[in-house]
This record gives sequence, C-alpha cells and structure tokens, in this order.
Amino acid sequence: MNPWPFVIAAYSVIVGLTAVLLGWAYASMLRAEAAADKLRK
Amino acid sequence: MHALANPARFLRIARPATMWLLLIGLVLAVGGMAAGLTLTPPDYLQGETVRILYIHVPAAWLGMAGWLGIAATSVSQLVWRHPLAAVAGRATAPAGAIFAATCLITGSIWGRPTWGTWWEWDGRLTSMLVLFFLYLGYIALGAAERERGGEGRITAIYGLVGAINLPVIHYSVLWWRTLHQGESIGLTGSSIDNSILWPLPLTMMGFTCLFGAAVLMRMRAELADAKVEARRRRMTQA
Repeated sequence: MNPWPFVIAAYSVIVGLTAVLLGWAYASMLRAEAAADKLRK
Repeated sequence: MHALANPARFLRIARPATMWLLLIGLVLAVGGMAAGLTLTPPDYLQGETVRILYIHVPAAWLGMAGWLGIAATSVSQLVWRHPLAAVAGRATAPAGAIFAATCLITGSIWGRPTWGTWWEWDGRLTSMLVLFFLYLGYIALGAAERERGGEGRITAIYGLVGAINLPVIHYSVLWWRTLHQGESIGLTGSSIDNSILWPLPLTMMGFTCLFGAAVLMRMRAELADAKVEARRRRMTQA
C-alpha cells in the first residue's frame, strides 16, 4: 500500500482545519471590532 | 491572572500578542511540517506513515490542553468570578473542538495503513471521541446561556465536570491494552529515536501558538460584541 496518499491527506486535514479556524476567528474579530469602533464614533 | 481582569488592560496585551502568536506559530508549524515531510528518515516498521506523527501529536495535545484551559477558566469563574473567565472558556472551545477532530481524523488516516482499519472502539479513540462531543456540548451550552443573559455558571460547571475525561484519555492506553500503542512520548523522555523526533517540538510549539492566536481573536471578538450589545441596550433605554 502506497503510504503517501495517507500522509498527504493527514497533512491536508490539519492545514485545512487550522486555516478555517484562524480565518473564521480573524473575520469575526475584524467584524466585531469594526462594529464597536463604528458605535464609538 | 487577576491583573488581566480589566478588559481594557487585557486588550492592550492581547492586540500585539495576537499578531506575534500568529507569525511565530506559522513559521514554526510550516517549518516543522516541512522538516517532518522531507528531512527525517522513514521508520523501520511504519515506513513513511510515521510522518503523520508530527501533526497527530500536536492535535491530540491541543485537544486535551484546550479542555484543561476550559477547566481552569471554570475554576476561575466559579471561585474568583474573574470577569474574563467565561469569555476565555467560550473562546477556547471551538479551537479545542477543531484540534480534537483533527486528532481523530489524522489518527484514523494513520490507522488504515498501519492497523488495517479506519476505526476501532479502543479506549484511547473512544475517549477522544467523547472529548470531541463534550466540546460540542460546551459550545452549545455556552451560546444558549449567553443568549439568555446568564453569567455562564452552568457552562463553567459543565466544563469542570467534563475534565474527568482528561485522565481517562491519558491513562486509557494503560487501563485498556487494546489497539492504540502505549505512551511513546512522556515528560521525562521518549522511546522514539531523535533522528525522527526532532521536528515534533517545532510543530508542537507552532500549533500551540496558532491555537493561542485563535483563542485571543475569539476573545477580542466576544469583548467587542459585548461592548456593542451594552451600548445598544443603553441607547434603547434612553
């Protein structure tokens, strides 16, 4: 059994899920802080 | 920790810390993964699939460390009524759930060529799956309690009770000798040869920094949302 498809799949999972987590956290932070700034002005 | 009880003081530290954690985390995680894929020799028994170790172990560590963090914030909230404890707990849960899921998926991918099966109801695998479901419950409970304007005490108690699963996960390979191998990396040493092991600390530190950055970003989002909500409430009352 060729092991490389398994290795690549596992690395893709962690890279993909970490990117989704960071992207979602970053976008929600930007949106919330922009709304808070807008209310202050 | 009490010095950070003031949200304004916390934000002064969290803003630069978020960027630094992101940058350091990206460099270490990418560097560690690249080294793990190209610079280490294959294992004499597992062959190339041993490279999954460099991502599976950090995912398992962060899945468990996330709940340890939730338990600590629960104590902080229930005992000292730390104003940021509930926010920190709610911010940690999605990151912990993602890494617990990553641990389960990468473990399953490793299991197919090594054990010949994607899944087995083994003590370690099952207790890790329970941890993932505990995270989902915590996220749902935290959101529901926040929506009803609660202080998050029920969520904190749930977080504390759920911590019972952590020693079960840790000792599962000793209590039930089924398919998952015993502990190969401990606090005092490792049974893995250094020529294979060395990229692991890089990915461990890298993904831990990225986890920290995600938690800080979620905390900043929750604090900003709370500020907007409080302002709107004042405006409607006036």
